[in-house]
Amino acid sequence: MSNKTLFLQGNAVCVEAALYAGLDFFAGYPITPSTEIAELLSLKLPRKGGKFIQMEDEIASMCAIIGASLTGLKSMTATSGPGFSLKQEAIGYAVMTEIPCVIVNVQRGGPSTGLPTSPSQGDVMQARWGTHGDHSIITLTASNHQDVFAMTVEAFNLAETYRTPVILLFDEVIGHMREKLQMPDPEDIPLVERLWTSVKEGTDFHPYLPREDGRLPMSDFGGIHRYNVTGLIHDMWGFPSNKPDVAHGLMHHLVDKIENRVHEITRYKEFFLDDAECILISYGSAARSALHVVESRRARGEALGLLELQTLWPFPAEVVRKRCAHAKYLLVVELNMGQILQEVKKAVMDPEKVFLSNKIDGTFITPTDIRNVLRLIQGKGV
Amino acid sequence: MAIRDYIRERFMPHIWCPGCGHGIVMNNLIRAVENLELRKRDIVMVSGIGCSARISGYLDFHTLHTLHGRALAFATGVKMARPELRILVPMGDGDATAIGGNHFIHAARRNIDLTAVIMNNRIYGMTGGQYSPLSGRGKAATTAPLGNIDQAFDIADLAMSAGASFVARTTTYHAVSMIKILEKAIMHKGFSVVEILTQCPTYFGRKNRLGSAVDMMKAYKTGTTPVGSEAKKEDPELIERGIFVEEDRPEYCTEYENIIKKAMGVH
Amino acid sequence: MARTRIIFSGSGGQGVITASIILAEAAALHEGQNAVQAQSYGPEARGGATRADVILSDEEIRFPKVTQPNILICLTQEAYNKFSWIIRPGGLLLTDSHFVIQERKVDARQVEMGMYKAVMQEIGRPIVFNICMLGTLIGLTRLVRPESIMEVLEERVPGDFLDMNRQALELGLSVASSSA
Repeated sequence: MSNKTLFLQGNAVCVEAALYAGLDFFAGYPITPSTEIAELLSLKLPRKGGKFIQMEDEIASMCAIIGASLTGLKSMTATSGPGFSLKQEAIGYAVMTEIPCVIVNVQRGGPSTGLPTSPSQGDVMQARWGTHGDHSIITLTASNHQDVFAMTVEAFNLAETYRTPVILLFDEVIGHMREKLQMPDPEDIPLVERLWTSVKEGTDFHPYLPREDGRLPMSDFGGIHRYNVTGLIHDMWGFPSNKPDVAHGLMHHLVDKIENRVHEITRYKEFFLDDAECILISYGSAARSALHVVESRRARGEALGLLELQTLWPFPAEVVRKRCAHAKYLLVVELNMGQILQEVKKAVMDPEKVFLSNKIDGTFITPTDIRNVLRLIQGKGV
Repeated sequence: MAIRDYIRERFMPHIWCPGCGHGIVMNNLIRAVENLELRKRDIVMVSGIGCSARISGYLDFHTLHTLHGRALAFATGVKMARPELRILVPMGDGDATAIGGNHFIHAARRNIDLTAVIMNNRIYGMTGGQYSPLSGRGKAATTAPLGNIDQAFDIADLAMSAGASFVARTTTYHAVSMIKILEKAIMHKGFSVVEILTQCPTYFGRKNRLGSAVDMMKAYKTGTTPVGSEAKKEDPELIERGIFVEEDRPEYCTEYENIIKKAMGVH
Repeated sequence: MARTRIIFSGSGGQGVITASIILAEAAALHEGQNAVQAQSYGPEARGGATRADVILSDEEIRFPKVTQPNILICLTQEAYNKFSWIIRPGGLLLTDSHFVIQERKVDARQVEMGMYKAVMQEIGRPIVFNICMLGTLIGLTRLVRPESIMEVLEERVPGDFLDMNRQALELGLSVASSSA
């Protein structure tokens, strides 16, 4: 770590981290509460020779970053709920065509226009299932600026490793809040660069032929190999196919390359879990309030712990099951009506011990909100 | 090179119906590229969804077959990232002006160096003959069984008012002059639009009793006239063809290079 | 040091949010404290009620919002009416006598200062009212040293305006000391 300390909004931290990770291209459309990301990059990207474009709409922004990424540039867009909805078809295209890219969603209250300037974590399931059809997706989140930095860099690394779109789910609280960031030095965090094919010019090249390990060495679009990219089910040449074995093989490749590597993709933090009788499970900004409660209760000798999820998708079910097996009860803390709650219930052996503390009115969940639910669970009344 | 050297035989047979005009357009696109002596590896073809969009797969360029209506948005990303590549965007009339209408007018407004080739057959062919923004009033379609009440766009007018710096119209009947127009459009620095009237005998022709593919092509001969001709004054119903606009205007990617220089000079 | 929770409130254009950022940045970058700053956003670009929260602490700050401030600054009557009742008992309520009449007693040290009047008399430019207010605030509370505020201003303020800002900060400090 360098001595360089910055005091920034979360959105600005995301920008610093994206540039650190090697961002070359950004396309976006103004939307609260993510707009600062576009504003900052409109100056910072051309300063390093990168490209910024404000497109005519959210859909176009998503399409443009896919086009740019295909030529070899690390690419990103940023949006919030309504824009995230609009991008979904193109996110599916990036999944199908295995084009790495990063989509930042600084969540606000929804559905529809909802509460544009208020925090929410209502897009967790949309991140998972927003685009149509069976697929897998990687989604990360963070609760403080140091982690916003780390997870943003991680998003680029995972996108390149697995050639897939990666979604960063932040929220209004994290995006707009200012706190310290200890700026990492170059090379403090390893960066994953794109895997290029070693096939020489003139030799038959199969753009969609994965290696044994599932990784896909491709050639940059516009380079020495000409190939076809399509959102249709395609064979190893990238040619459309409706053969059942081709469809079966591609679907499994796209899903397995992520679902079979959950342990490699999972990032989480734990606080006082070993002897915890009650474990709070939280993520993103809500995990700040959860940690506040856990730390203050620990100071009073109560056996509370926190499992903070940073990878939301693929859901780290095994971590949840194993790390929480000994707890008497689990309390999921989130800013929605129980989207991760359901995943936790599916993951554990006894779902009846899982409870929810949430907030959906546009205000941020407070330690008092969480304590009130804890008292109810403990039979102490509110 | 021979024409077949540009074609991916693995993709054949193509999906187009007998009599479809899209093959003529594909043939002439190849001839234009051949005449211009462009290298295949310098050409990117980006298309959306529809019968016309399938051209990209059939040709041995870098080909990106994308989402319905979004070809120009994907193409903008490719062009921004690699301005030295030549980008051809074959589109259908529904693809370009209905679902992709917003991207179309904004690509024109930016004057980004892409070549949009719009195959206007006035119908959605792939889905089976629904009316498009180019069908026009009174025409029949599977979604206009009682007659279409939608007004039609004029693609050339639309492109011009949105800011395209090269705008032309031709037809599949005028195959020879189409090659020259495509050559000029490809070489033009800026957003170029070539509208090509092309027959869909299967749906638009059949629904509207326009006869065979040959009949429909003959109608392009009799129903059109060179831009600025006397004939148009006598018969305003005639559709003008030729080059409407060909102007040098600041091109988006070139302008962005200046932004980069500016940004690098400022600290 | 105990945790200090501060709410700055007023109307858009008074520089309330900027002042909150400068204070938090001074504490975080120049005094080794932890600081979190957050603001409530309304759709209005100008006018409308504005609120910014700052928490300063030697320890990690988890919950980033202020529910009960130790220090509450109200720069409009509307902000005073809205927020004065949430102050933590024993806290500090600072208002500007040009904009706010403190109509009732709260369980806090209530300070009414002529910061706006002083700025208009001595400098004549309302744009530095927020910096004068910061000067008064740190004069009353010693939350951070004036030098730390100046270091932040040197980073943020264009050279031509730096002297005016320094003058406003010192003016604010003197307003605070005159009340002691």
